[in-house]
Amino acid sequence: MKWDEFFVTGDPLIYGADVSIALTTVGILFYLTYFKKWKWLWTEWITTVDHKKLGIMYIAAAVLMMFRGGVDALLMRVQLATPDAKFLDSQHYNEIFTTHGTIMIIFMAMPFLIGLINVVIPLQIGARDVAFPYLNAVSFWTFFIGAMLFNISFVIGGSPSAGWTSYMPLAGNELSPGPGQNYYLLGLQIAGIGTLLTGINFLVTILKMRAPGMTLFRMPMFTWSALVTMVIIVFAFPILTIALALMTFDRLFGAHFFTLQGAGMDMLWANLFWLWGHPEVYIVILPAFGMFSEIISAFSRKTLFGYKAMVWAMVIIAAYSFMVWVHHFFTMGSGALVNSVFSITTMIIGIPTGIKIFNWLFTMYKGRISFTTPMLWSLGFIINFVIGGVTGVMLAMAAADYQYHNTYFLIAHFHYVLIGGTVYACFAGLIYWYPKMFGHRLNERIGKWVFWLFNIGFNVCFFPQFLLGFDGMPRRVYTYSAASGWGPLNMVSTIGGFVMGLAFLLFVYCLYYSFRYAKREVAGDPWGVGRTLEWATTSTVPPHYNFAVIPTVTGLDPVETFRNQKIDTKPKLADLKPIHMPDYSGVPFVMAVFFFIAGFGLVFEWYWMGIVGLIGVFITMIIRSFDRNEGFYVGLEEIKETERINE
Amino acid sequence: MFKRLRPFLALGLVLSVFFLGGCSNSYVIFDPKGPVAAQQKDLILYSIGLMAIILVVVYVLFTVILVKYRENRKDLSNYDPHNHGSKKLETIWTIIPIIIIIALAIPTVKVIYDLEKSTDTSSKPKAPLVINATAVDWKWIFSYPKQGIETVNYINIPKDRPVLFKLTSADSMSSFWVPQLGGQKYAMSGMETELYLQADELGTFEGRNSNFNGEGFTHQTFNVHSVSQADFDKWTADMKSKSPKLTKEQYDKLMLQGHVKKTMTFSSTHLKWVNHAHEADYAVKTRERLGVVPQNPHGSKAKDANKPESDSKGDS
Repeated sequence: MKWDEFFVTGDPLIYGADVSIALTTVGILFYLTYFKKWKWLWTEWITTVDHKKLGIMYIAAAVLMMFRGGVDALLMRVQLATPDAKFLDSQHYNEIFTTHGTIMIIFMAMPFLIGLINVVIPLQIGARDVAFPYLNAVSFWTFFIGAMLFNISFVIGGSPSAGWTSYMPLAGNELSPGPGQNYYLLGLQIAGIGTLLTGINFLVTILKMRAPGMTLFRMPMFTWSALVTMVIIVFAFPILTIALALMTFDRLFGAHFFTLQGAGMDMLWANLFWLWGHPEVYIVILPAFGMFSEIISAFSRKTLFGYKAMVWAMVIIAAYSFMVWVHHFFTMGSGALVNSVFSITTMIIGIPTGIKIFNWLFTMYKGRISFTTPMLWSLGFIINFVIGGVTGVMLAMAAADYQYHNTYFLIAHFHYVLIGGTVYACFAGLIYWYPKMFGHRLNERIGKWVFWLFNIGFNVCFFPQFLLGFDGMPRRVYTYSAASGWGPLNMVSTIGGFVMGLAFLLFVYCLYYSFRYAKREVAGDPWGVGRTLEWATTSTVPPHYNFAVIPTVTGLDPVETFRNQKIDTKPKLADLKPIHMPDYSGVPFVMAVFFFIAGFGLVFEWYWMGIVGLIGVFITMIIRSFDRNEGFYVGLEEIKETERINE
Repeated sequence: MFKRLRPFLALGLVLSVFFLGGCSNSYVIFDPKGPVAAQQKDLILYSIGLMAIILVVVYVLFTVILVKYRENRKDLSNYDPHNHGSKKLETIWTIIPIIIIIALAIPTVKVIYDLEKSTDTSSKPKAPLVINATAVDWKWIFSYPKQGIETVNYINIPKDRPVLFKLTSADSMSSFWVPQLGGQKYAMSGMETELYLQADELGTFEGRNSNFNGEGFTHQTFNVHSVSQADFDKWTADMKSKSPKLTKEQYDKLMLQGHVKKTMTFSSTHLKWVNHAHEADYAVKTRERLGVVPQNPHGSKAKDANKPESDSKGDS
């Protein structure tokens, strides 16, 4: 292989990226060395098994990926703003939409939500950490290294260009030669390990580690949503693992599962992909539903309307999420009966979703609604998500879908649910629980600007795309003629996209501004409206053991009960016992590095390197198996000092 | 307070205008030229109507609740922190969506079944014209088996007569779509899918592959010319006598990835030596035989090959 095949060459945009990557890396290395932060980075972050720190790292990585995916999006919008534009060529455009889709779903939406789940869920159920803290670190590092492997593709070797759906036979060796598609397969495979482990970890955590008195039907809605999501992950992700493995065999070892030759079956890939892919959509929307339930209830100062209906609605949605995958390819010619059945099952999902929308509206009914930024994002969600929902029902009508399929109508629909639902939840949840992570709130004034800019930009960007769909504009075209008449609406859409980009930058500024100037909160509940246990910790940023004394729960909304009944939750000296906590470990990080080596080797089909990496992975597993470190006890002195308890 | 809500109200207004605007005839799927597209248009408009009702109900409720129960209202006496559910209300908003879904499902299923049948539903239906459409990166090859002619990137069809498209692909999964005549269906190698369409008006309608299949995807388009039956008969006779025969060498060249500069017509079809619905690997084997090796788009060979016009690689 020549050097110019290893590094992507010939495009000024890529050279620009090369320079900025080099400069950023040098900058980070300089900062860590000059300020002597290496030890701090290793002992406080890289080796941590603390769910709150892992959560913060998940969120930080997700915000970084949102930037990457967002830049991809804006590059596409520039190319599409005018007819016959020459900004990107076809191959480059195809790579960009492929990485945009993959990154936004797998490396942005999911980790962002998993990050918030990591930070909040153990606190919300009154646990000191997750069930398997070491496994949690493995989850994070495999996700992170998978994301990095996928991300370097655009400067080393070339990005995948078969779409985030990677339909066969297009994604096979004959039609997509080169390392690009291998990056997709191995990046997702490695990150998928992390997601599956997270699913198992939180499933056990929520089922086994709840505070005394917290029965299943006293769990906060966000916890419920996380539980249901983890069940979906445990059932859905193995399908992706297998499908990716089969395609890897096709590409690397000459197998014929999905290929043109050897009686491969390309439709099988589409089925397997969406058997995972549709539940995946609910993996990224159900936690969002849970967060909105918490936030709307808190800022309406009312208990959630129809709690049980909300729970059952989620359970039904989760079950149905496995019964609708065919609606992603009604046009495959499965026949009238199959299409009718899947049309109806898909529409039925609209019922529990509708119930949830009305329950949120009536949670605010007879409440005292305050318009804080998390609440604004939640209200914006209702407005936008309903549009996403009704257009989803329209797409579910197979006979009509033959006209919408593969058009911008579909693009607009799923951005209305994924941005209007998931991304709005990420903003709402991050702002709401920000003090739990960093000890101060985000600036409300800038936050409101961010919301309005983003909300307006989002609608300006995506609403015209419904109309472009009606006008027959297919997705994934890299350009169009002036005669098509799609120019003006595309220009509007591009302007909206840039307004969203501006909102993102303003949000980053808001993080900085608040870090510098925001008041440091001390009490456990800086919003003053918290209802669930995470607000019962005595300090804003909970100590590493979360609760000095695990609180006892007597009903829904325990913190609201403590507040109303004036119960003092400050731990008493007599109740204190030494707390057992797990040890930090550097093994998960090292394991992830070996995964990277193995993945990178397989991407370029350098099998010696793949084998070395996998041997390294097994060695780290063996080391872990013989590791007899059994954690440590937090002494009474430290607890007393942290909780400011005087004898 | 209304100041805070005004953007929401304005947004709602703009959206409804857009939706109503969406029903105008200026958009291709609302400008059908045949019974299939017309049926789909009616179904779509019907669903937009029902969906608009849902949007209005939710947005009105949303606005009223936000105004009435905002924190800084004068009278807080209607604040009720213990209001946590209502069997009656929850039953209502479970049943109404069920009714709406039934109202959508019945016509949907009916149209789904209708679209699988010939468009001529009269008692003495006309036999449909059969056209085999084969997608190959990045062009469309059409065979008229009965007439014995083959075209590339265009078709002529007689007006008012059902046309049965038998779809397949020589390589990647493609989707055959002529929006003004009706919805799309996939064309897949090793498979044959069937799609009935019909034109009610004379004219030229744009068709394309709508399923992404690589570098030349954007320009994988074709034209459908709807002509009278007499003109169609004349055209087939002319083509049969004047056009060259399709040779195997020529056909194999068409199997290479790339676009064709002009449309083509032949007086024989490829169906007598290959049907891609039964021979999924024909194109791949042909490329191998002709010594065409798939190139990494970032490899040095590919870069030299298509420097100036990356889209026109492999012009036949």
